[in-house]
Amino acid sequence: MTWTRKDLLDLQSLSAEEISTILDTARVFKDIGARPRKVMPALRGKTVVNLFVEPSTRTRISFELAALRLAADVINFTAEASSLRKGETLKDTARNLEALNADFIVIRHSAAGAPHFLSRVLKAHVINAGDGAHEHPTQGLLDVFTMLEEKKRIAGLRVTILGDILYSRVARSNIWALLKLGAHVTLCGPPTLVPHTFEDLGCRVTHDLETAIKDADVINLLRIQHERQRKTMFPGLGEYTSLFGINRARLKAAPPDVLIMHPGPINRGVEVDSEVADGSQSVILKQVTNGLAVRMAILYLVNGGKLPQELIETDAGRTSDAVNSQQATATAE
Amino acid sequence: MNSLLLVGGRVIDPSQDLDEVADVLISDGKVVCVGPGAADKAPPETVRIDVANKVVCPGLIDMHVHLREPGQSAKETIVTGTSAAAHGGFTSVLAMPNTSPPIDSASPALSLKRRAEEHAKVNVFITGAITKGLEGEDLAPIGSLKSAGVTAITDDGHCVQNNELMRRALEYSRMFDLPVLDHCEDRSLVGDGVAHEGRYSLVLGLRGWPKEGEEVIVARNILLAECTGARVHLQHLSSAGSVRLLREARQRGLPVSGEACPHHFTLTDAALAGSEEFWREDGRSLLGRMRQTEAPPSWPCYDPNLKMNPPVRSTADREALLEALADGTITVVASDHAPHCDFEKEVEFDHAPFGVTGLETALALTLMQLYHSGKMRLADVIKLFTVGPARVLNLHSKGTLRPGADGDITVFDPDAEWVFDRSCTASKSFNSPFYGWRLKGKAVLTIVAGKIVWAESDIPKVW
Repeated sequence: MTWTRKDLLDLQSLSAEEISTILDTARVFKDIGARPRKVMPALRGKTVVNLFVEPSTRTRISFELAALRLAADVINFTAEASSLRKGETLKDTARNLEALNADFIVIRHSAAGAPHFLSRVLKAHVINAGDGAHEHPTQGLLDVFTMLEEKKRIAGLRVTILGDILYSRVARSNIWALLKLGAHVTLCGPPTLVPHTFEDLGCRVTHDLETAIKDADVINLLRIQHERQRKTMFPGLGEYTSLFGINRARLKAAPPDVLIMHPGPINRGVEVDSEVADGSQSVILKQVTNGLAVRMAILYLVNGGKLPQELIETDAGRTSDAVNSQQATATAE
Repeated sequence: MNSLLLVGGRVIDPSQDLDEVADVLISDGKVVCVGPGAADKAPPETVRIDVANKVVCPGLIDMHVHLREPGQSAKETIVTGTSAAAHGGFTSVLAMPNTSPPIDSASPALSLKRRAEEHAKVNVFITGAITKGLEGEDLAPIGSLKSAGVTAITDDGHCVQNNELMRRALEYSRMFDLPVLDHCEDRSLVGDGVAHEGRYSLVLGLRGWPKEGEEVIVARNILLAECTGARVHLQHLSSAGSVRLLREARQRGLPVSGEACPHHFTLTDAALAGSEEFWREDGRSLLGRMRQTEAPPSWPCYDPNLKMNPPVRSTADREALLEALADGTITVVASDHAPHCDFEKEVEFDHAPFGVTGLETALALTLMQLYHSGKMRLADVIKLFTVGPARVLNLHSKGTLRPGADGDITVFDPDAEWVFDRSCTASKSFNSPFYGWRLKGKAVLTIVAGKIVWAESDIPKVW
C-alpha cells in the first residue's frame, strides 16, 4: 500500500485500504503523542494555513496542534478577520495564500464542495476540515479509529448514528468509512432529518429509537444543529429530546457494552444527558485525543510521509538520536 | 430587388408538411416560393447558394434567452447574444425581462427594442415583467408593455408566488392576447435549494431543489388557465410529474403549453458528482451516440457550470421530457441561454449564479437526443424550434416558409460532427457544461429577412 493522494477531500473516494493506512499511521502518532516528547518534526519548514471560513474551535485547534507537533509553521485564518468579508472570492484568497508559499490549506467552509474547488485551483495540499453538509473526513476517521481501538474491529460492527443526518457532514463521512470497512450502519432520527434516500447508500434507516439501538455496538450521537435548520424540520428541541434523546433509562434498551460517541460540541440535555455523556460507556474525550493523532497522520501522509512500518523505524531512530544528543549535551555541560 | 436562392437543399417545413429537395427563393426579406418554380422566378442578380445535402427549414426560434441588456453587459450584450444565436442557427430570440433594471414598464421596453433594432444580428422579441420589479407584489403596467411592443409577459427567474396575483395577471393579460410565460418554482418548497433533491444532492451535501417545487406551480398554473381561459406557457419544465400534469391538461384542451431545455433532457444530476460518475451511469447511452474516439469530456464534481434553475434531474425525469417532446405534450425546445462571467461562476457551488449558456449547442443536443436517437422524425424535431414557439408567441409570419412569410431561414447539416470549443464561441460567456463534447448536427447558414447573418466558412456562397 502506498499513499498517492495530494489532498484529503472526502472519504467517499478513498478505498478501504487507504482508510486502513491512515488508521495505522494514526496509531503510530497516538503512541508518539503519549510520550513526554511529543514532537515529530516531519513537516519542519512547511507552512500550514487553517483557512476557516466557517467558525470552528475544536477542529481548528486540533489541526493547529497536529501541525505544531509535526513542527510546521501554522497560520490561522478566519473569515471574520479577512478580505473574504470585503468581497474577495475564495479562489483569490487561496491563491494569495499560495503566493506566500503555503504548503497545506486546511479548509472549513459552509459550502459543500469548497475544498474540491480549491484543490482544482491550488498546488498546495488541501485538507477538508468540514464542508457544508457534505463531509468532515478527519472526524469520520477519528470516529472509526476510536471504534477500532475500543471494539478491536470494524467489519461486522453495528453502528447507529442518531440525530440530524440530513445536514450532517459527520454522518456522511462516518457512513462512507464504516461501509467501506464492512460495518453495518443504522441511521435514526425523525423522517425530516433522516430521509430514506440514505438506504440507497447501504444504510438501514429507522425512526424508532429502540429498534435503532437494541443491537448496537456503537451509538454515535450527532448534535442537533438548530442554528442551521428552519423551524419546519421538527417541532422543537423538547419534542426531539422526548423522542430521541439518550438518557440512562433509554440506554437500557441497548447492549451493556455499547459505546457512546459524540463529535461535539454536545447539547447537554438535548441529544444526550450528562449522565450518559460522562458515563463509563462514553468515549467522547478519547475521540478528541484520537482526532489529534488522525490529523497528524493526514498531514504526514499527504506530505508524502513514509508508511506506518517505516515511520515506526524512523521514529525509533529519531528517539535514540534524541536520547544520544541529550546525553551529549549533558556531558558537555 | 435583393434576392437569394437556396439551391438543391432538403426543404423541411413542418407548417406545410413539406419535406422534399427543392429550391427556396427569398426576395426583399420575404419568402417568395419554395419548389420547382423558384429558380425561374429568381431575378437575374439573385445570389445563389448551393445547399445540396443540407436541410433548409424555417428560421429557428429560441423563446427563452437572456441577452443581459440593459445593465449586465459584462455577461452578454445584444450583439454577442444574437451572434451566438446566429451561430446556433436561430433567427429569432425572445429576450427575458430580468435585466437591470428589469423590463417592467414601457420606457425600458422601448429603449431595449430600439437598441435591438440597431445592434441585433437576428430578430429580437422582447418580454415584459408580470409584476413590478419582478417582485411578485403588484402588477406591472401590462397594457403599456404591450403598446411598447412586448411579445409576452413573464417574471422569469422568479415565479409569482401569490396565487391571486397570478390569477389576475392571467385575466388581465387576456385583454391584450399576451401569452404569459411562467418559471414554475414554489419558493417555500424550494427554499435555498441548489441541486435536484435526490441521491446525488444527499451524497454531495447540496441543498435539495425538489421536483415538487416545480410541479405545485405547474398544477396551479393549469388550474388558473382553466379558471381564466388565458394562455399559460410553462417554461423550462424539468420533471416527470410536470409532464404528467401538462399532458393531462392538454388532453382536456386547456390553453397550456410547455417548453424543455436541452440540458434538462441531456444531463442528469449524476453529472454533479463529476464526469466519471455521469459517463459510468446516466450518460452511457449518450456516450455511445457521440462516437467519442478521444477520451470523453470531463468535468469535476460540484462544477458550477452544472448549476441551473430548475436543476438537471434524474434519468426518469430526463426520459419523461424526451417522451413528452416525442408525443407532442411539450411543443417547444428553448435554450434558457443564461450567460454569466467566469469570475461569477468560478466560486463555491452554493454561491455561483444559476444558469448555463445554450444558444450554440441547443440544435445539436436536440438532434442527438431526439433525432439521432431514433425517437423523432427530423420534421418533428424542427417543429419544436419553429411552429411550436411561433404558435405560443402568435408569430404568424415566422416558423413557416409559406409565400409571404418572413425570409428567416436556417440551413443545417444534421449529421455534421463537431466539438464545442471555447474558441468557436460567439457568446460573451463560457458557462456551458458542454465544452469538449463531440456534437452531431450543426447550422451552416443562418438567414434573417433574406440576409445571411452567419455562414460556416466552407459553404459555397456564390457562384
